[in-house]
Amino acid sequence: MFKKILIANRGEIACRVIKTARKMGISTVAVYSEADANALHVRMADEAVLIGPPPANQSYIVIDKIMQAIRDTGAEAVHPGYGFLSENPKFAEALAAEGVAFIGPPKGAIEAMGDKITSKKLAAEAGVSTVPGYMGLIEDADEAVKISQQVGYPVMIKASAGGGGKGMRIAWNDDEAREGFQSSKNEAASSFGDDRIFIEKFVTQPRHIEIQVLADSHGNCIYLNERECSIQRRNQKVIEEAPSPFLDEATREAMGEQSCALAQAVDYTSAGTVEFIVDGDKNFYFLEMNTRLQVEHPVTELITGVDLVEQMIRVAAGEKLGLTQSDVGINGWAIENRLYAEDPYRNFLPSIGRLTRYRPPAEVHLDSHAVRNDTGVFEGGEISMYYDPMIAKLCTWAPSRGEAIEAMRDALDGFEVEGIGHNLPFLAAVMDHPRFESGEITTAFIAEEYPDGFEGVHPDDVTRRRLAAVAGHIKLVMEAREVRISGAMAHHSRSMAKDWVVTVDKSDFNVHLEQTDFGTEVSFSDDGMLVVVSDWTPGQSLFSGMVDGENMIVKTDLMRGGVRLRYRGTDIRTVVRSPRVAELASRMPEKVAPDTSKLLLCPMPGLIVKVDVAVGDEVQEGQALCTVEAMKMENILRAERKGVVSKINAEAGDSMGVDDVIMEFE
Amino acid sequence: MTKILKELEVRRAGARAGGGERRVAAQHAKGKLSARERLEVLLDPGSFEEYDMFVTHRTTDFGMANQRHPGDGVVTGWGTINGRMVYVFSQDFTVLGGSVSETHGAKICKIMDMAMQNGAPVIGINDSGGARIQEGVGSLAAYGEVFQRNIEASGVVPQISLIMGPCAGGAVYSPAMTDFIFMVKDSSYMFVTGPDVVKTVTNEQVTAEELGGATTHTRKSSVADLAFENDIEALTEARRLIDFLPMSNRDKPPVRPFFDDPERVDESLDTLIPANPNTPYDMKELILKVADEGDFYEIQEEFAKNIITGFIRLEGSTVGVVANQPMVLAGVLDIDSARKAARFVRFCDAFEIPILTFVDVPGFLPGTTQEYGGVIKHGAKLLFAYGEATVPKVTVITRKAYGGAYVVMASKHLRADVNYAWPPSEIAVMGAKGATEILYRSELGDPEKIEARTKEYEDNFANPFKAAERGFIDEVILPRSTRRRVARAFAALRRKKQSRPWKKHDNIPL
Repeated sequence: MFKKILIANRGEIACRVIKTARKMGISTVAVYSEADANALHVRMADEAVLIGPPPANQSYIVIDKIMQAIRDTGAEAVHPGYGFLSENPKFAEALAAEGVAFIGPPKGAIEAMGDKITSKKLAAEAGVSTVPGYMGLIEDADEAVKISQQVGYPVMIKASAGGGGKGMRIAWNDDEAREGFQSSKNEAASSFGDDRIFIEKFVTQPRHIEIQVLADSHGNCIYLNERECSIQRRNQKVIEEAPSPFLDEATREAMGEQSCALAQAVDYTSAGTVEFIVDGDKNFYFLEMNTRLQVEHPVTELITGVDLVEQMIRVAAGEKLGLTQSDVGINGWAIENRLYAEDPYRNFLPSIGRLTRYRPPAEVHLDSHAVRNDTGVFEGGEISMYYDPMIAKLCTWAPSRGEAIEAMRDALDGFEVEGIGHNLPFLAAVMDHPRFESGEITTAFIAEEYPDGFEGVHPDDVTRRRLAAVAGHIKLVMEAREVRISGAMAHHSRSMAKDWVVTVDKSDFNVHLEQTDFGTEVSFSDDGMLVVVSDWTPGQSLFSGMVDGENMIVKTDLMRGGVRLRYRGTDIRTVVRSPRVAELASRMPEKVAPDTSKLLLCPMPGLIVKVDVAVGDEVQEGQALCTVEAMKMENILRAERKGVVSKINAEAGDSMGVDDVIMEFE
Repeated sequence: MTKILKELEVRRAGARAGGGERRVAAQHAKGKLSARERLEVLLDPGSFEEYDMFVTHRTTDFGMANQRHPGDGVVTGWGTINGRMVYVFSQDFTVLGGSVSETHGAKICKIMDMAMQNGAPVIGINDSGGARIQEGVGSLAAYGEVFQRNIEASGVVPQISLIMGPCAGGAVYSPAMTDFIFMVKDSSYMFVTGPDVVKTVTNEQVTAEELGGATTHTRKSSVADLAFENDIEALTEARRLIDFLPMSNRDKPPVRPFFDDPERVDESLDTLIPANPNTPYDMKELILKVADEGDFYEIQEEFAKNIITGFIRLEGSTVGVVANQPMVLAGVLDIDSARKAARFVRFCDAFEIPILTFVDVPGFLPGTTQEYGGVIKHGAKLLFAYGEATVPKVTVITRKAYGGAYVVMASKHLRADVNYAWPPSEIAVMGAKGATEILYRSELGDPEKIEARTKEYEDNFANPFKAAERGFIDEVILPRSTRRRVARAFAALRRKKQSRPWKKHDNIPL
């Protein structure tokens, strides 16, 4: 076995590999760019080597720099993680040339699977089901109809040079095929100057399901079941699970066996993934093979108990697979949620900055459920603009899918991330979505269910009441402390009221709060009572307790006049007032957000260093507009609200005075 | 007997009715609460003790004999906020427009005298059309008496003004002399002369809101400390502010049970200072992470944002915080920030509130605007305020402390008690580049040499150790342990006594 390995990656995957290596008694070498000097993977590794400036093309993907780090540290093998150099045959070659083991497949397999057309051809030869279609050039509409009939409707007519939906038509019959061919051809000619057209089967109700394979250099290959990755946003996977709620045993076996056949056809070793598209009738078609460890590999590990990184290292060291196909089972259900530094309320705009707070839920491995969080960041760390915006992969496992989803809901509620925009509320919303719960998902799930983007979750009546009870309990705790302030008039101290009005969003609840041996009894004047049991104290950002016998974890932030509560994707302000004050408050006029200005004014005398937007750009609230340097410090000016830039009066290098107009908005 | 009791009830009901249903409805229509409703929100339920409910004016001119209202347009008395006593007056706009008569003024003076004698804050709710013209000089005398008491009470009991309607002309000078002014957006304004006079005299067209609204006074003029969306919010936040303040200069600030470990270590602070010394960071994060329960009551948050002022608690006790804000203008000191912080420091000193200062200051802002504006004297205010303050003073330098600004920001030389510095601190006369250019002017043509000189300067001075060697810094501390170190420093200073030479009063450069 290797004594020392180098991880040619960063972030969570580098940390993930280090963990397994440490478990196996192998020492680790991290590489890092200048932007990552404080990164978690650098802290975790036994050694760390600086390999260059922040941009990946000057550090993480420069083969020479990695090779130098290997020489300097004497690492015997390299794990490439995913992305960066993981599927670069030149890197595999460079390592081979110096006798360093590559913890991944052989160069030939990477090359064979790296090319879309070759891989599809190889797959077809190996007996893998591929999307039926005609790759050759199509002369005219008649031929198009003929081919469409052969392929079987519905078909997709596509421009060779196409992209972004241009030059693409779906045809369900001969007429549509004829028409579609002509219009695709015309559109392709005008858009791309290339009117070549091809036709393939259109997959309805498509799901993205992939098979994990594992092969050694002794000719053994097994598959470790599937992962379903249908929840995607613009082809970026967001939520994955294993097994798939859709596959039956026969389909799984067929997909697994074909995947192994393909792997063996290219002399594959190490871990790899064969991606399929599966239609509503469980027909599956080969998409591509990823010759590396996948981001979403933890869900497979959670249901099979196999440490894929360990297997990769063992295979790279020449060991035989320690398990056979019959050893691989499916134990329970696992779900992965990818936490991205993307603001769901601002159309998933990437968000960078300092993690002022980062407290993931505790990792547990119990018989009832498990929580696993693969991360590469820490509180006080920086989300930089240079790399992938993924912060963490939160996984839960439980005996059943329903329980795994429930565990995920709790885990998301207990996950604290502040300082940057992130998609936690969106993930929570999907976990609560009835269609996701039913398992009736396709790759179009997000586009279909959130066509206008994500606007937060509006709590239902039950949730509203429960949150009102939490707010009431918090108020009681705060009040109990407030009356204990020093300096109160002796014998005339304030008595604590029991009747309150809790405003949640815009609905008012009249409640009676009573502290009893059983907890805080919150009696609603209209109906019912909820008992809150919690040891929450002021200052705790997580309220954790039982409400009406059910566990609830709610993020709480004190704000002017109330408490902000975040739970299951809802984000609301609650206010608790005495009935009298509530009555008076109801008379307060509702204020519309004032239109203070359509201008961006220079807040200080300084030099414009950079203008980040152009005339006509639509900017989101909080988006960087320009940078002003003053006192040799760079200050980023951000949009106060959504708008369209109508005029820009400054460019980089201009000196501006206080209140000079830098740009105007429509 | 029952008849007398009944008459009392009738009279009380008459007084409580204010200017009558129609006027109260008009008050509500403007989004404003009535004078008594405001006190209901401000004070603990049932705690209000009213005085002078039956006072009426004695004027007979201009038909005033027929316009008598019990209470005369202001509700006065005392009550409690979380059990602690405060004196209050609340002007009633529904009674003769809340105008100030001799008797109206006398009612306010009465509770102010009581407040000073009995040691409790005064909260004034201002909603008044101004002087009662029918009374002539009698009304002006009333203002004058109130002003004089504002001055006498200054530094004796905290005075808070809530502006919840018009406050114009001479009337503005009473709130102006109190410690804190809160305003309500869209329904309150303050100015010496109103939009009509402005138009006549200077030909400027301006609305009342633009001229003296809450936004104007919290962002531009700094006359007001905080702006609120409505009456309820302003009153609720006034309650929160009172929880931070001592009742008078005879008392220590209040202590509240706390639920935050003073020993709490926050590792994330170790990475608060960016690698590049020219990259800003948010000083508020440090304040929130040091404070008990992350609770920070910011004062003047919309004005001179390059310096932050406000109250936190450490181990349940109030501490005033002054901090340079690198996010705005690099945290530089200028006229506005010096004035803002100086006034805050003096308030804390007057009321025995210890002062915690976080320093990251590149110097004073250069420029003609500043020099013509008198930055010399305004900057001196902050220097003076820190130097004369005898309350416990703890200072933490987080990054830059350059030149005169270093001295100003509660340095050891101004008798700060405990001065800490974080390891990345640079305590020097100026930054390395500027210093090298002056020291080695002859070598300026040779970039290589200059670079070496700059590096030499950086190695020598861009650290806290030169200052620590001289004892100007008591200890270089780990950022993560700031809360613990600061809490312990203040704990050690609880019995601090420092006397100053006798003087009638000082002569701060106003």
